[in-house]
Amino acid sequence: MTGWMQHFIIAPIVLPMAVSAVMLAFNERRRALKRVLSLITMAGLVVIAALLLWQADGRLAIGDTGPAGAYLLGNWPAPFGIVLVADRLAALMLLVTSVLGFTALFYALARWDRSGPRFHVLFLLLVAGVNGAFLTGDIFNLFVFFEVLLAASYGLILHGSGSERTKASLHYITINIATSLLFLIGVAIIYAVTGTLNMADLASRIPTVPASDLMLLEAGAAILGVAFLVKSGIWPLSFWLPRTYAAAAPPVAAIFAIMTKVGIYIVLRLTSLMFDDTSGDAAGFADQWLIWAGFATMLFGTLGILATRSLTHVAGHYVLVSSGTLLAAIGLGGQALTAALLFYLVSSTLAVGALYLIIEPVERNADEEDIIAGIAEPVFDDEYTGAVVGEETEIGVVIPGTIAILGGGFIFCTLLLAGLPPLSGFIAKFAIIDALFDDAIIEPAAWILIALIILSGLATLIAMTRAGIDLLWTPGEDSPARLSVIEVAPIGVLLAACLALMVGAGPLYRYMEATAAALADRSSYIDTVRSAPRAGENPL
Amino acid sequence: MEVVLALAIGLLTASGLWLLFRPRTFQVVLGLSLLSYAVNLFIVAAGRLRLDAPPIVGKEVADPALYADPVPQALVLTAIVISFATTALLLVVLLASRGLTGTDHVDGEEDDQ
Repeated sequence: MTGWMQHFIIAPIVLPMAVSAVMLAFNERRRALKRVLSLITMAGLVVIAALLLWQADGRLAIGDTGPAGAYLLGNWPAPFGIVLVADRLAALMLLVTSVLGFTALFYALARWDRSGPRFHVLFLLLVAGVNGAFLTGDIFNLFVFFEVLLAASYGLILHGSGSERTKASLHYITINIATSLLFLIGVAIIYAVTGTLNMADLASRIPTVPASDLMLLEAGAAILGVAFLVKSGIWPLSFWLPRTYAAAAPPVAAIFAIMTKVGIYIVLRLTSLMFDDTSGDAAGFADQWLIWAGFATMLFGTLGILATRSLTHVAGHYVLVSSGTLLAAIGLGGQALTAALLFYLVSSTLAVGALYLIIEPVERNADEEDIIAGIAEPVFDDEYTGAVVGEETEIGVVIPGTIAILGGGFIFCTLLLAGLPPLSGFIAKFAIIDALFDDAIIEPAAWILIALIILSGLATLIAMTRAGIDLLWTPGEDSPARLSVIEVAPIGVLLAACLALMVGAGPLYRYMEATAAALADRSSYIDTVRSAPRAGENPL
Repeated sequence: MEVVLALAIGLLTASGLWLLFRPRTFQVVLGLSLLSYAVNLFIVAAGRLRLDAPPIVGKEVADPALYADPVPQALVLTAIVISFATTALLLVVLLASRGLTGTDHVDGEEDDQ
């Protein structure tokens, strides 16, 4: 034991929760203090998540918890106490959350955190809940963290108020409370059948469940699964999602992009632990459901992208497409495909986050331009060839700098979302398709997935191009709305992160492959939890 | 005992679901409350029904068969607290929605019939 270092795993939960509790004690008028506190916290979380990632990858020893760290809460031995597990997958998700959270928070400083009380408190609570959901190794504790993140998200969705947000949040809250009840029913059935709530213990007990109880177990798992699938926006349980996300303030919508991924993460974690090939009779019971529901989600999302003219709805439906892709890929299974889908998960989460952030400034400009709409003058020739972030020499000449920066960012986003080369979106989709072609006999479902991936990319490209022409290439007045650095910087950071995903695709992909291998080998997860050291047991 | 509990859960769930699909927000809130009662009873039932058995084991080594399962009881406590809190939050949103839209319809506007 190296003293406090062993408590590192719990930091992603405790730190934001403690800071948000402290912030509640301060008056709302002390905005600067709150901003500094929450920004420092989020920056700290990025560092902590990066350290945990290194540790999970075996390059750094934090405490003596081994490569995949397990942490016993209250020092109760597993499976009796609650355990936190920071393995490769959890650490990866933590890092994505903290990067997205940091950028969204930074963006909110421009003005969004002033449009309602206690933004920073709720934001940090949401992050704490999401981190907890990624770390926990206990399904009831997972429920608690889900409620923490949902309660914070109820507050955040209402942030800025207004009747549209209130209407959307009324539906959102009702759906999520009902879903939480399904979650509880699922947990209760699973507990009744197996007598445990610990995920690792559950994984080792499921092969021994007698055939007479199998149907009950599968029913429990299916009800539990529905709760996660509602969160991840699977068709036909997804009609709330685009509207809710569109009603939310942009930084809130950006951080919500990770919330659908929480559902996906849990589905991936539980299917790999509970229903993989070695689980006896229960093996792969939900695979077909995931595959076909994933296809339906992708199709619905693609049609939604094409049908809507509002960019926020395009983004919302794109979230559905990416959920559908991930769920179908989880259903198809296989180690190579898991690695590919993890890469896609990271890339699409960051890209959607960037899109939600860039929509508002883009549309803000367009609103002013609508006043003099109708004067069509082609100014976009230069823009099209030379629009890269930072091209500011054009200010006041042909294209205002704001439009150039926004246009560059927008094109960047489009390429990422549509999956066009050379950016990370392309690598991710290519990896998925490549993994599908790996098998000697390609299943019909794999062909459908490939077709849908390409089709959804095309639809995204069409919708984004159309929106881009409408919003950016329509000539506007001479002085477009000002754009503060605070708003540009986070978008730039997110896009740079996607660029880094592309440049560092080699080592990153090896990490994803190691993650997929660790997921396929569930005995290592079980051993990690079982052998987690109790504090005070082993001498220094 | 089992029959009574099963009937109670079934009745609460049925009423809760019916209310959940009603168009008025207050009915929806009541429906969610009834559903959460049903779920809480269900969790207790998941730990097997035992009469006159304490859930807490003393210091002496005891036969587990004499005790009720404490885990579902702990789960129920957590579930009650959480569903109570979220229902309270929903009530606040309900009031805000009523104030902003002037109607207590769940969609924020009346049907046109």
